[in-house]
Amino acid sequence: MTQPLVAIEGLSAISTRDGGAPVLRDVSLTLEKGEVRGLVGESGAGKSTIAKALLGILPSTVKVTGGFIRFEGRDLLAMPRRELSDLMGRDITLIPQDPQTALNPARRIEAQLTDGLRLKLGMGKAAAHERALQLLDEVQIRNPERVLNAYPHELSGGMRQRILIASAFALNPKLVVADEPTTALDVTVQKEILRLIRRMQEAHGTAVIFVTHDLGVVAKICDRVTLLYAGKVIEDGATADMLTQPKHIYTSALIAAGPRYDRPNAGLEPVPEAVFRQLRAEIGIAERRV
Amino acid sequence: MAEIVTTTADAPVPLRSLPMKTIKPLLREPRVVIAGGFLILLLLIAIFAPYIAPKDPLEQDLMLGNMPPVTSPGAEPGYYLGTDDLGRDVLSRVLYGSRIALTVAFVAASLSAIIGTLMGLAAGWYGGWADRIISRLVDIWMAFPPVLLSVLLVAVLGSGLHSVIAAIVIIDWTRFCRVVRAETMAQARLDYVMAAETIGFSRSHILWREILPNVAPVLIALVSLEMGIAVIVEAILSFVGLSLSSDIPTWGGMIAQGRQMIHQGWWVFVFPLIALFATVLAFNQLGNGLRKALDPVMRR
Repeated sequence: MTQPLVAIEGLSAISTRDGGAPVLRDVSLTLEKGEVRGLVGESGAGKSTIAKALLGILPSTVKVTGGFIRFEGRDLLAMPRRELSDLMGRDITLIPQDPQTALNPARRIEAQLTDGLRLKLGMGKAAAHERALQLLDEVQIRNPERVLNAYPHELSGGMRQRILIASAFALNPKLVVADEPTTALDVTVQKEILRLIRRMQEAHGTAVIFVTHDLGVVAKICDRVTLLYAGKVIEDGATADMLTQPKHIYTSALIAAGPRYDRPNAGLEPVPEAVFRQLRAEIGIAERRV
Repeated sequence: MAEIVTTTADAPVPLRSLPMKTIKPLLREPRVVIAGGFLILLLLIAIFAPYIAPKDPLEQDLMLGNMPPVTSPGAEPGYYLGTDDLGRDVLSRVLYGSRIALTVAFVAASLSAIIGTLMGLAAGWYGGWADRIISRLVDIWMAFPPVLLSVLLVAVLGSGLHSVIAAIVIIDWTRFCRVVRAETMAQARLDYVMAAETIGFSRSHILWREILPNVAPVLIALVSLEMGIAVIVEAILSFVGLSLSSDIPTWGGMIAQGRQMIHQGWWVFVFPLIALFATVLAFNQLGNGLRKALDPVMRR
């Protein structure tokens, strides 16, 4: 009984809009129960495509050309629509990227927070209300009654992100896909939110796929990291190992490119062009795709 | 008229909070209060015209033709805004004229809003073939000159209130369709729609329950502007004699009648024109005011 929660095997996809350009090249990765996995890479590396594939919301412009995504052994890509939508929102949920737009401005927080509870668990209004209060308490929101009654534009960005986290964990999912949940927040709030996600994840025993481009965020929250470039897995391993003993030259170049708080005057080191040249040669692409 | 295509940087304010939360900012917007107040007054006048009007608007008295308004010397007492060449009371006719104007405004604007919104939502949300067909249809529609088309339509459908309303709806649904389509597409790109999808809501549920409430503020403002347009179109059709029989008092008909005898009596021409002007202005100002008040970005 050592079946992983998620097993992506040889997943390849192309963009139908971009003249069939590959967006994922033979991606394989496994995710154990309760594990926090970082998906790291620059824009266009394919991290969001993997996240969307896991959530069953691949845009129509992306076509999967090979491979499987197995969730508890079941192939998500071959699953009937009905079964898939039952799974989504119950076992697999999303923490969206931008708290400004991820809550519907026309609906009260209570309605949005209880959507999943009422749709998937068939909870009544009163029961859902109780659960919502509990959830807000769990994500440390004071004044939960007032917040439930509010509209999103009356709340701060950090508050909204907390609500989105509460909403993602509301049904005790097995997997939460966090799509750059801290990118739109300022740094002080960012830290709190990361801590909160980690705490919720531990309390619920949930596995988390954490999509980000920020190695600093990865270091704070992820058990393991998968580094992608141009749709290909470059390096995969435990966070501590990868950050201290990177195996691939791209990984070390990325680490070197980050700001160093211990040497504030050292300046930033961009990833050298030679590294990209090597990457492209390895993957077998002619020009740099962004 | 101004086209309102709000690309939403920040989303419009909720419609469902209609109790005090939405009404308060509306009351802070002077244009909404003044224009809205005027239109409510006009609506009351239209409803209670038989009790308010001092005379029967159809009653002719050839002995009292072309009487000037009360402020001029030689005015006939009781005829405050004078009489036309057939001796009919101008004030009563202007008051009664509001009935046709408002009926056309409300019915035509609502119908074109409903049809245009349904088409716009379908095109903007489902995309693909629905969008292609509806968008081409709108393109073809917009290639016709609107006034010419309405004259043509009424000529074909026959004159009468129904034809006037039908002509306005047939022409103006595109206005709603375009705005709603653009707004729906903008909303569909926002994360809350994706979040609703990942919860497992159906496409139609997301359209009606998540997207439509966010399109509504733009729609409400547009309906108000459309009412102004409908009043104008009705007046134009009355002016060229295609709306209603000349017995029934309409502002456009009165303007046409007054234009021919402007040298004998300016008042027959001027007063319905003022009523028309004020009404259209009020609808436009209300529309712009609502747009501003319902949009939290502009409100701040």
